[in-house]
Amino acid sequence: MNRELIKKLADHLKNRSLNREIRIMEVCGTHTAQFFKTGVKDILPKKLTLINGPGCPVCVTPNRYLDSVIEIAKKYNAIIATFGDMIKVPSSYSSLAMEKSNGMDIRIIYSPVEALDIAKANKNREVVLISVGFETTAPSEAITLLEADAKGIKNFSLMCGNKLTPPAVNAILNSDEVKIDGFIIPGHVSAIIGKSPWSFIADKYGKPGVIAGFETEDLVTGVLSLIDMIEDKNNTVKNGYTLAVKDSGNLRAMEIIDSVFDIKDTEWRGLGNIPASGLAIKKKYSLFDAEKKFPVTPSAPKEHPGCRCGDLLRGLITPPECPLFDKGCSPERAVGPCMVSSEGPCAAYYKYWRK
Amino acid sequence: MKKILAGHGSGGKLMNDMISSIIKKKLGDDTIQIDDSAILNLPNSRIAFTTDSYTVTPIFFPGGDIGKLAVNGTVNDLAVMGATPLFLSCSLILEEGFDFESFEKILNSMKIEADIAKIKIVTGDTKVVPKGKGDKIYINTAGIGVFNNAPLRKDIKEGDKIIVSGTVGDHGITIMSLRNDLKFSSNLKSDCASLNDMIGTISTKYQSSIKFIRDATRGGIASVLNEICDNKKFSASIDEDAVPVQNEVKGICDLLGLDPLYIANEGKIIIVADEKDANHIVEELKKHHLGINAAVIGTIDNAYPGKVYLNTFIGGKRFLPLLIEEQLPRIC
Repeated sequence: MNRELIKKLADHLKNRSLNREIRIMEVCGTHTAQFFKTGVKDILPKKLTLINGPGCPVCVTPNRYLDSVIEIAKKYNAIIATFGDMIKVPSSYSSLAMEKSNGMDIRIIYSPVEALDIAKANKNREVVLISVGFETTAPSEAITLLEADAKGIKNFSLMCGNKLTPPAVNAILNSDEVKIDGFIIPGHVSAIIGKSPWSFIADKYGKPGVIAGFETEDLVTGVLSLIDMIEDKNNTVKNGYTLAVKDSGNLRAMEIIDSVFDIKDTEWRGLGNIPASGLAIKKKYSLFDAEKKFPVTPSAPKEHPGCRCGDLLRGLITPPECPLFDKGCSPERAVGPCMVSSEGPCAAYYKYWRK
Repeated sequence: MKKILAGHGSGGKLMNDMISSIIKKKLGDDTIQIDDSAILNLPNSRIAFTTDSYTVTPIFFPGGDIGKLAVNGTVNDLAVMGATPLFLSCSLILEEGFDFESFEKILNSMKIEADIAKIKIVTGDTKVVPKGKGDKIYINTAGIGVFNNAPLRKDIKEGDKIIVSGTVGDHGITIMSLRNDLKFSSNLKSDCASLNDMIGTISTKYQSSIKFIRDATRGGIASVLNEICDNKKFSASIDEDAVPVQNEVKGICDLLGLDPLYIANEGKIIIVADEKDANHIVEELKKHHLGINAAVIGTIDNAYPGKVYLNTFIGGKRFLPLLIEEQLPRIC
C-alpha cells in the first residue's frame, strides 16, 4: 500500500469519533510490540483501549517448563539449543542466562534445524531443543523432529512446550473477567490454522474479530474495520490479512503438525490448565521426546509473589499497573517473563513508552 | 603458509625481524620510531588524544577489514571533536598460528587508510598470545590530533537540528550477514571510512553553527542521540521517514527483528547544528563522496526532557531508549 494512502487512513483512524468506550484485545504479543513500534497505538482515538492478550509463548510458559530443562541439562549433561528469547526468562530458581554463565552448554539458534547440526557435531552428547511457541512455529519444530528421525540422529530431542492460541482466547472469554468488545486476531497463527478456528469468538460469545498482519497499514485498517464491526454489531470474524492468510489455512503445515503432535491439556501462566490447548509428541516419536527420554523431578515451582504476569496475560491489567514495573522488574533484572520476551507486553511498554 | 608463532611476540630476534621487515615497512618506514616512545613535534599546544581497540569478526568483510577499521575508528574519534588527526599508534595482539598473508593484507590496508586520512603511524607494540587465547588479530590504536579551531562542542538548545551524514546500519548489517550462524548473503558493504576530510569541509565553513558531532558506531544513531540527551532539559525528536536507510538493511532488520537506528555504522556522523545553517551543512555534506545521502532527521525540543523519540511516518510517537545491550557483539 502506498505511504500516502496509509497516512490518510491513519488520519482517519486518529479522527474517528467513537460513540462509546471501546476495548479491543490484541491477542498476539507481536501485535503488542508492533502497535508501539509503528506509532499506531499513539494515534488511537481516546475512547479506544487496547488490552494485551495471552499471545506471547515465552510469557505463558509456566516456570515448571524451564525448571525441567535446567534439570535435564544438569542431570544428563545435555546441550540446550534455544532461541535467544528464552535466555533471560526467569525460572523458579535460576534462568538459562545464569546457568550459561556458570558453564551450562546453551547454544542460541536462529532456526530449529540448527539443533540437528549441533547434534551431529556432538555425537557423544544429548541435544535438547527448547520448543516453545504457538501454531506458527510448530511446523518447523515438527519438521526438525521428522528430519532427525529420517537421518537417525538419536542424540536429538525436543522439549515440547508448544501451545494452541484459540483455546486460550476461549478461556479468557469464558472466564468473563475482562470486558472485551472485539479482537485483533494474530496473522501468523491464522496463516497456519485459517479463519474457522476463530469463529467461536462470534458464534459462541457474540464478539467481532479481525485477523490482522503486522505492518502499519495492517494495524490501521484492522482497527478501523473492528471499530466499524463493533459499532454495527457485525459480530463475525473477518480476514483482514488475505495477503498471507487463506481462510482454510495452510493445510500442509497443519498435516505436518498432526503427524508429529497430539493435542493435550496444558498449563498456561496466569490462565491455569486449559483443555486441549497444548501439543504433545506422539508416542511413536517418544525417542525424540525430551520429557520422556530424560525423567527429572525439579523442586516445586515457585513464582515471585509480586509478579503480575498472570493477570497481565489475562488482560486484567496493563504493564504500568504492575507494582514491580520499572521498580524491581526491568529487562536487566526481570522478575517475570513478560519483561524479557520480545513479544512480552512489559518489554514493549518498557522499551517504547516508559516516561 | 607462514604463520604467527609464539616466538613472534617473545621480544627476541624473531620479533625484531618481524617488526623491521614487515610491520615497520608496511606501516611507515619513515614515520615509525623504533624506541620506547615516539618523539613528536606538535604545531599547537591544544591536542585531542583518543584510543580504541578493534576485535571485529570476521576480520575481512566487504568494504574493509580490521586494519582499515582500526585507522578509521580512531581518526574519526579525533575528527568529530574538530581536531586534525596527526599521529597514530598501533598495538597488535596476534594469535599464534595466524597466517602472515592475512596479517600483511591487514597492515597494507592500515597504511592505505592512514595515507588517505593523512595520519602518521609512529609507534606500536606487538604481542602474541597462545593459540585459542585470542581470535587471529586484535588491534589497538591511539591517536593524537591538534585543534586549529575551537573543539566542536557547544551548548545544544531547543530548535537545533539533527543531521545524519548518510544511510544508517550498513556496517552492522554487513557484519551480521557474514556471521556463520546467519545463512543469508547480501550485496551490502561496510561504510567504514575516515571522515576527517568530510568533517573538515563543514567545520571550517560552519564552525559557529555546529554544536556537536559524533560518529554513530556501536549502538547506532539512537545510542548517540541518547548520549546527547541524557540528563538534559531537552529531547531529540526524530522523523522516521527522514532517516536514510538502504532497502537491503531495512529488509534484513525486519527479518531479524532489529532496528536500523540501533545498528552500528563506521562511516556516519550525527551532527547537531543551529537551525539557520542545518540545510547548508547538509548541502555541503552532499558534495563530499562520503556524505551524498546526508539529511536533516530531526529537531531538539523540550517535549520529553532527557529522551529521544521517533515520529513514525503516520505521526505516532514512540521512545528510542538506550538499549540494554548491544544487538550484536564484536562488531568493531
